[in-house]
Formats: sequence, C-alpha cells, structure tokens
Amino acid sequence: MNEKELTPKHKEEVQAKGERVRPGRIFLPAVDIFETPEALTLVADMPGVPGDKVTIDIKDNHLVISGEVSPAQAAGENMLLQEYHTGDFLREFQLGSLIDQGRIEASMKDGVLHLLLPKAEKAKPRKIEVKVG
Amino acid sequence: MPIFTFREPGWSPMQEMERLQRRMGRLFEETFGPGMTLRRPGVYPLVNISEDHDYLYVRAELPGINPQELEITVHEGNLILRGERKIPAEEKNINYHRRERESGYFRRVVSLPAPVNPDKVDASYKDGILTVKLAKPEEIKPRVIKVKSA
Repeated sequence: MNEKELTPKHKEEVQAKGERVRPGRIFLPAVDIFETPEALTLVADMPGVPGDKVTIDIKDNHLVISGEVSPAQAAGENMLLQEYHTGDFLREFQLGSLIDQGRIEASMKDGVLHLLLPKAEKAKPRKIEVKVG
Repeated sequence: MPIFTFREPGWSPMQEMERLQRRMGRLFEETFGPGMTLRRPGVYPLVNISEDHDYLYVRAELPGINPQELEITVHEGNLILRGERKIPAEEKNINYHRRERESGYFRRVVSLPAPVNPDKVDASYKDGILTVKLAKPEEIKPRVIKVKSA
C-alpha cells in the first residue's frame, strides 16, 4: 500500500536544437531507467501522446525518444483556467551499454512509454572463473 | 516599474535573474491578463478548464492510471478527483539509473467556474489524459436575442 500523496511537478520545458517545423512547446518527459544483466528498460510519462506518434531513434549509443501530442482541446473551446501547458515531448540519452538494436521492444499505453533495450551479447557482464592450477 | 536596478551589495547574477523573471512575469500578466500565466495550486493533478456553448471541460494529465480506480464526484459546484497512481514494483535484481516517475494517491477539489448539471457528467480517459465533460444547465447558456422590428 502506498501512502504517499502526489504533488504536482511542473513540466520541464526544453529548447529544441535546430529549427522545428511544428510550432509549440517541448517538454522533458519524466523517466525511470533501470537495468538488469540482460536489458535496459526505460519508462517515460508522455501524457497525450498516442502510440503512433512516438519516435524512438538510436544511433550508436545515442537514444532519442520523442512524442507528438494530439491537442485535447477542440477548436471551439475557450480556455478558462490553465494550470499546465501541453506540448511535445523530447529527451535524449547516451547509453552506456551496447544495445542489440534488432530486439528492441516498445509499447505505449495510457500515455506511458515502455522501452526494452536488450543488451548486445558482448556487453553482458560475464563472471570470470578463476582456474586453479 | 523599472526593469533594471543598480547592483547592490551582495549582488549575484542568479538573484538578479530571478528578480528579472518575477518582474517579467508580472509585466506579462499586466499586459495579457492572468490567463497567460499558469496558476500553481500545489495539488495534484493539475487541471485545465475550458468551455464551449454547452459544456465545461476539465482535463488533467494522469499518465499510467487505471481509469476504473478514479473516483470523480460533482458536489456543490466542485469537482473532486481522487485516485492513486501505482507503479508496479520491479524485480529485485535491478539497478536504477533514473527514478523520476512518482506513485502515490491524490485528491483534488476543483471549484468549477460555472454551474453544471450534476446528472450530466461524462468522463473519458485516453492516452493518459482525463477529460471530464460537464453539461451546463439550460438557464445559463448564452442565448441570441432577436430584435423584433415593429
């Protein structure tokens, strides 16, 4: 049972590198990253991003995740009170371990991205047996 | 209102930046009205409220929540949102690099800016966004008045 009360965190806004074609704000998604001997898992909160608007880009050990937000508000609505801004999500990481790019799995559910990055064979930690001669 | 001040003893660039930021915020608010700056209520979740002719819409960013466990109540001009965000415990043999996502419960009261019909409230949850659609009662809807020519 979790007894902790949630407090609002203000979304951290980032400046995109280069000029963007799509107007609007860009935010850093909150992430959890954890590692097992076999894989690296990344979980990112990207509310308002449908599954088909997520882009995952890996080049060497540089990982970029981004998501395009579909506007929740219809065109005819007037904003009365605004406590949060909406915008796209973007975050970049440098991966320490070599990733097996052929086996990456990604899923998006309820605005949460799950990314499983299996480690390449040679990056897995190996226990070295000491031979007693 | 002067934007720039002279350096004071104990002047630090960070402090000066903060002061400037506050003044810019105030200037912004005076120029464009309070709607342009964000209100910070300090209670989770943050909401945006909008309206059209027939409905009020209250939206909140609640990624990764089971919508079945959300409790939404309308009571005397207030909307109450209660629920819990659970992050399943991972296996024992893992190590964390980042842990920014938080779990916990929330209970928020939002006072609605217009009267609503408590029997006509719809809630939907999509891609981590909760939308509560509240119908305005007939008597407060804007009406077009035609001028009769005699």
